[in-house]
Amino acid sequence: MTTLAPVPASDPMTEGARQVTVVSRKAPIAFAAVTALVALLLLVAPRDGSTRFRFSDEGDLLRLPDVAVPGMVTAWVGVAVAAAVVAAGAVLAARRRRVPVVLTLVLVLALLVAFLAWAGAGSSRDFSVARLIGGSILLAVPIVFGALGGVIGERVGVVNIAIEGQLLAGAFCAAVAASLSGSAVVGVVAAVLAGALVALVLGVFTITYRVNQVIVGVVLNVLVVGLTSFLYSQVLVPGAERLNETDRFAPVAIPGLSSIPIVGPALFEQSVLVYVMYLAVPAVWFAMFRTRWGLRLRAVGEHPKAADTVGIKVERTRYRALLVAGGIVGIGGAFYTVVSVSSFGKEMTAGAGFIALAAVIFGKWDPVRAALAALLFGFASNLEGALSVVGAPVPSQFMLMLPYVVTILAVAGLVGRSRAPAASGEPYTKE
Amino acid sequence: MTLELRGITKRFGALVANDHIDLTVRAGEIHCLLGENGAGKSTLMNVLYGLYTADEGEVLIDGVVQRFSGPGDAMAAGIGMVHQHFMLIPVFTVAENVMLGHEETLSGGRLDLPAARAKVREIATRFGFHVDPDAVVEDLPVGVQQRVEIIKALSRDARVIVFDEPTAVLTPQETDELMAIMRQLKDSGAAIVFITHKLREVREVADRITVVRRGAVVGEAEPGASDAELAALMVGRPVELTVRKDAPVRRDTGLQVQDLVVTDERGTVVVDGASFAVDGGEVLVIAGVQGNGQTELAEALVGLQRARSGSIRLDGRELVGLSVRRILEAGVGFVPEDRNVDGLVGDFSVAENLVLNRLDGPPFARRGMLQLGTRDEFARTKVDEFDIRTQGIETPVGRLSGGNQQKVVLARELSRDLRLFVAAQPTRGVDVGSIEFIHKRIVATRDAGVPVVVLSTELDEAVALGDRILVMYRGRVVGIVPSTTPRDVLGLMMAGIAPERTGAA
Repeated sequence: MTTLAPVPASDPMTEGARQVTVVSRKAPIAFAAVTALVALLLLVAPRDGSTRFRFSDEGDLLRLPDVAVPGMVTAWVGVAVAAAVVAAGAVLAARRRRVPVVLTLVLVLALLVAFLAWAGAGSSRDFSVARLIGGSILLAVPIVFGALGGVIGERVGVVNIAIEGQLLAGAFCAAVAASLSGSAVVGVVAAVLAGALVALVLGVFTITYRVNQVIVGVVLNVLVVGLTSFLYSQVLVPGAERLNETDRFAPVAIPGLSSIPIVGPALFEQSVLVYVMYLAVPAVWFAMFRTRWGLRLRAVGEHPKAADTVGIKVERTRYRALLVAGGIVGIGGAFYTVVSVSSFGKEMTAGAGFIALAAVIFGKWDPVRAALAALLFGFASNLEGALSVVGAPVPSQFMLMLPYVVTILAVAGLVGRSRAPAASGEPYTKE
Repeated sequence: MTLELRGITKRFGALVANDHIDLTVRAGEIHCLLGENGAGKSTLMNVLYGLYTADEGEVLIDGVVQRFSGPGDAMAAGIGMVHQHFMLIPVFTVAENVMLGHEETLSGGRLDLPAARAKVREIATRFGFHVDPDAVVEDLPVGVQQRVEIIKALSRDARVIVFDEPTAVLTPQETDELMAIMRQLKDSGAAIVFITHKLREVREVADRITVVRRGAVVGEAEPGASDAELAALMVGRPVELTVRKDAPVRRDTGLQVQDLVVTDERGTVVVDGASFAVDGGEVLVIAGVQGNGQTELAEALVGLQRARSGSIRLDGRELVGLSVRRILEAGVGFVPEDRNVDGLVGDFSVAENLVLNRLDGPPFARRGMLQLGTRDEFARTKVDEFDIRTQGIETPVGRLSGGNQQKVVLARELSRDLRLFVAAQPTRGVDVGSIEFIHKRIVATRDAGVPVVVLSTELDEAVALGDRILVMYRGRVVGIVPSTTPRDVLGLMMAGIAPERTGAA
């Protein structure tokens, strides 16, 4: 008996597998939920008065007028725009089409304006746009450096949970070294070494001894917290003048760029470490995707055995990349004690390392995207300060939660499918 | 050049994987290394390639002793390898994969991708390959990925090229093409080492044959030797190469699959509208090159993959939508493709593994308590019945050989009251002795009137075991033909060409 199944019509050799579009409904649902929450907020707690946005400061070359808008009206307009986006997203999903990123951005912006307009309504103080941006940058700097270190680590196959520890060690060593030497630059160098040292310890356990990477990372974080806290109270507090008083980097204005209206002072009248960050992000991207170092690093993180079979030393590559990553995170640590403030304080990094870790995932293991994600988290933290200035009735704790909420949403797949380096977290055993 | 291995010994703990192996490979010849799975062929080649360090013995090239501290040294010495599991980075492009490890750079440390692309094109043209240097490797069909591996070796001027079980993932036609490439390489003066356990391929291309058994060289054979001779040498005793079975006694249709569609998580259709029926008392072999949807089809039958649409009826009862547990209770026995991942718990004992899916009620559990006595008694019976070679029923199953592990899976599944038996690659990584036994049990199950579905990528097994053969290609059923269908027709079907067109069916 011979049964013949239907024969494909065209030449099967040239035809790929059929594709069914999988449309995630997560995005439209989340959009709708967030929009509804903001609308609910406006309904439950309406506020009178107008909101003022300030676009330039005293002394700026080009003075832009402040803008005052009626708070509730603007807020509702924002919500309306967001609702339109939600509807568009729903229609697209129903037609089995993907929701473009632009729509997401419009939604976020609309809700942000709505929220700010509501929060600032009736306040005598105004929102300085320059400060919103500049403050975000400052808060984001350690997170950006941390995220860069995290991206390098994961790309080479080592999950760098110890970013927090590297930041804290960097901050501590920068404070001590800068105080002793009287030079902030020496402080930064010490921070780089401290970050690399923590990374080395991580490497010894995870690469050489193949201990679970997450466990070692967590333990290292706790260790560094304990160590720096102990040394702080036993050594730094008694000898504060000599050991814990740094000369900070002064802001340097970049001629020309710093006089761009609105963003100029916020972006280009900063300390040298911020400029280092501006350079570090593209530099890491270039190194990772355009150089031999990066190609080998990614190969080791994706398929270490394949890398081994073409003569790449897996362990050596991992150590080197991890040390570089630790050094970069160290710079972020230095930022706390030679830019933000001029002394070390107990546990002063306050979880920035974990937010950096979130930025790595949010940024899909890409240095540029991760840096942008870090900026977003910096903005969320900064918002808290801005809101308390205008006296908004939002508990500051809620704003502090924002980065984490965003992270959970991101990890849940709202930023599109993200794919980790295949061998991230896997120790390499040569059988 | 001449490559010589002298007295290579490699031990893993108590296991001697290679026992004083001598081997000489000369330029311009294809040297076959023939042996069963686990005979130590791959270990030997990994020693040659610098991945393992030999405990004793040395590698000589043109009479000079070589010291390889890693694959980099071996490559520098002119040894290239086409690995069984491709050593390619899936997310990299062809050019990036080829340049990896010996990258050239431009000013500023930038990778010289144009040079790498040119190199890929140059080698591809030389051998008549069609490979796009900018294609991402994971998007390429396996046959093309293998060519990328070959290009990789050639781009480093390899003069000895080792092919480690290269045909496992290829269609018969692709296999023929690979043989042609190997001959072409040989004619260009390269020395080829061809590792395989498939006799037909050996006789086709080999200039010399070395047979390896249990880590030692047991002899050389002439390319003209018969299959039976080669098999006997490989296994160490005469082997029955065919499956002895009577004509099937068909009963009512047991399994009826209609328009089954399965997709993966990215939405790619992996089983595309499959329809077929299996009668009680017949074996339907689902054949095809690995990765054409057979695995997903089998997993859909037991509910491990969700069917997107279509129906699976067993004795008239719809199985789509039921949980795996319910499907097993409906009388489906399943031997998964990878026993180490899906079939067994390696650290559990033989006895525990034998009752793994029967612990939710009597006789092996009562009132939430395991009935260890009943279990052990059952295990002892099964160990005898299925000839499981183990030190005892308490031995962790991970310590057993592949063949005996598979017998444990088989014993567990066949001990239940079955209405359908699905076995995916039941003899993969199993020694020839166990293969005979497993085939016998499958035929016995058929003769008991159970519909049997067997997945196999090996054409020999499909023809020997099946009453009918269903060939899949890219998720579609190309055709269902009797197992007497000529091999070349089956081969073409495995490449997606339906039998009507070949004019043979």
